[in-house]
Amino acid sequence: MTSVMGSPDATGRFGGFGGRYVPESLMPAVLELEVAFREAWTDPLFRAQYTSTLESYAGRPTRLYLAERLSEHLGAQIWLKREDLAHTGSHKINNVIGQALLARRMGKTRLIAETGAGQHGVATATAAALLGLDAKVYMGEVDVKRQSLNVFRMRLLGAEVEPVKSGSRTLKDAVNEAMRSWVAALEDTHYCIGSVMGPHPYPWMVREFQRVIGDEARSQYLVATGSTPDWVVACVGGGSNAAGTFAGFVDTSARLVGVEPEGGAAIGRGVGGIVHGMESYFLQDEFGQVNEASSISAGLDYPGVGPEHAYLHTIGRARYDQVNDDQVLDAVRLLARLEGIICALESAHAVAWLVQHREEIAGTSVVLTLSGRGDKDAETIAERLGFLEGESYA
Amino acid sequence: MLERTLQDLRTRGRRLLVPYIMAGVEADWLSLVELVVERGADAVEIGIPFSDPSMDGPVIQRAGETALARGATPLSVLSELRQQSFGVPIVVMTYYNIFHHMGDDRAIGELRRSGVDGVIIPDLPFEEGARWRELAARENLETVQLISPATSDERIDEILSVAEGFVYGVGRMAVTGEQVELAATATAIAARIRPRTSLPVLIGIGISNGAQARSVVGAGADGVVVGSALMRRLLDGESPDALAAFLDELRSALDDA
Ligand SMILES: Cc1ncc(COP(=O)(O)O)c(C=O)c1O
Repeated sequence: MTSVMGSPDATGRFGGFGGRYVPESLMPAVLELEVAFREAWTDPLFRAQYTSTLESYAGRPTRLYLAERLSEHLGAQIWLKREDLAHTGSHKINNVIGQALLARRMGKTRLIAETGAGQHGVATATAAALLGLDAKVYMGEVDVKRQSLNVFRMRLLGAEVEPVKSGSRTLKDAVNEAMRSWVAALEDTHYCIGSVMGPHPYPWMVREFQRVIGDEARSQYLVATGSTPDWVVACVGGGSNAAGTFAGFVDTSARLVGVEPEGGAAIGRGVGGIVHGMESYFLQDEFGQVNEASSISAGLDYPGVGPEHAYLHTIGRARYDQVNDDQVLDAVRLLARLEGIICALESAHAVAWLVQHREEIAGTSVVLTLSGRGDKDAETIAERLGFLEGESYA
Repeated sequence: MLERTLQDLRTRGRRLLVPYIMAGVEADWLSLVELVVERGADAVEIGIPFSDPSMDGPVIQRAGETALARGATPLSVLSELRQQSFGVPIVVMTYYNIFHHMGDDRAIGELRRSGVDGVIIPDLPFEEGARWRELAARENLETVQLISPATSDERIDEILSVAEGFVYGVGRMAVTGEQVELAATATAIAARIRPRTSLPVLIGIGISNGAQARSVVGAGADGVVVGSALMRRLLDGESPDALAAFLDELRSALDDA
């Protein structure tokens, strides 16, 4: 057995979850990718390139910020890991820089990606521009409408954005479409998956590219306080910002909490299944058809969850709770008013958890990953909170 | 039963035609199955619609969405299938989640009770499928393996060592769908697989007309699987006569090859 949050076994499993359930046409490609990632990740030159690009270009390390007014409000010490301050506005850039460098090392000249909120699409378009690669991003038609700012950003960055009109027209269908197009373009194209999901090696590789969040936060917290936090909290869609954060703290006594949206809680409300190349939990109907997730945040509207989270859940190392859309909106406003930070709706799920569990966390210390900034959600938030009509919302 | 039937036909010199029909695509889809058998199908591949068909192109996706919107479920489809027998082997194609959700044992039992002889599960590669194959084999349900143009020779041999029923050679690096010109990979994959196995070798994915069927048979294949070209005609509302004429074209191209 491998250690918790070490590398998965040879078949890409975390306990009973994960694996490589892809059609034979894709099998050689995922096997090749695994070999390439293993080599790159143990190559000091590749590591140095990855780290220096994150520093000089993406703005790492991001701050670990003691949110004093929020702390006072909640009666607990709250530290925010500020991924919203990373270039492009979310943690997605960490993974994409890693995969884009790897793609170039493998001789690929083109990236394809799926995106929900558009943050992963923007990060992919950005890395492609930086490294001189072509990029095409698949995005559900529904998400194209509700995240129009990010569609514009991707196009300005030179990426092609293809609205996906099949199935439920959201993130899961964008994943299907990206996989379909990848089969026909394996020669020159790398599929840059945006979360800790998909067939092995993706869940492992993406977690490794995101562990910089947790590693930084751990040492920043140590420098600031001389110890480790009581709680580590992050929102979970596919689960990449949470996995990257947890990886830095899994061997401490910190309690790890992943926060799912009520309408997309694969762990909370899903059942075991095999979709998108992996064995994990998925929202499904009684016959095994995958249900659409629905929450206020496009980036968490994924009916599945990364296999490593399924594993952390079954062994009890991490806990997964849910918050609803109203709690999320309240959290956005709370953080804006108390800290002057407008966070993404995805990240606000983690903040909402703090409010929901203020009694449980009273007097303790929390590191919370604020995965992204809220600009992209301005319209959705304004609509829901009513600012656009000129109402005075208190 | 699948393998034995196809092998018998093959030794008698017959080229094999396996049309694909999405179950539940219309109310009387079973009569479509009858139609293709009447027009010379040697086995029929029946799709069970899945919400996330990541190996299927627009036509099969649309067929699946149509079937799901009509209320087709894995169990409704299998119980309809149970009402009729067709005199040729039936092979069910769907994604693994459908069976996994039922539980492997139960799925295999339901399939057999409906007279299904084989399955094609595109997202269950041979590495992940050992347990399924073992359980299925116990009930004489044959699991067809796919080999793609990207598969190495070494891997082809590994896959062939567990293959049963027939070998499904993927004709091109793409999802299901029609093509105007036959991809060079379709004849190449037929030629690569042929000398390595005594199982029937069928080429599918992209085979769109009689001439293309003849070409892959010329390269060493025993026959073809035809899906999108048939389903597109059906979804376009072509008459049973027109569908029959298309099947006749495929049949005679194979017979003359
Ligand atoms: C800001 C932000 N946070 C979180 C997520 C969810 O992704 P994950 O669960 O992989 O961190 C997204 C996805 O788009 C996002 O944009």
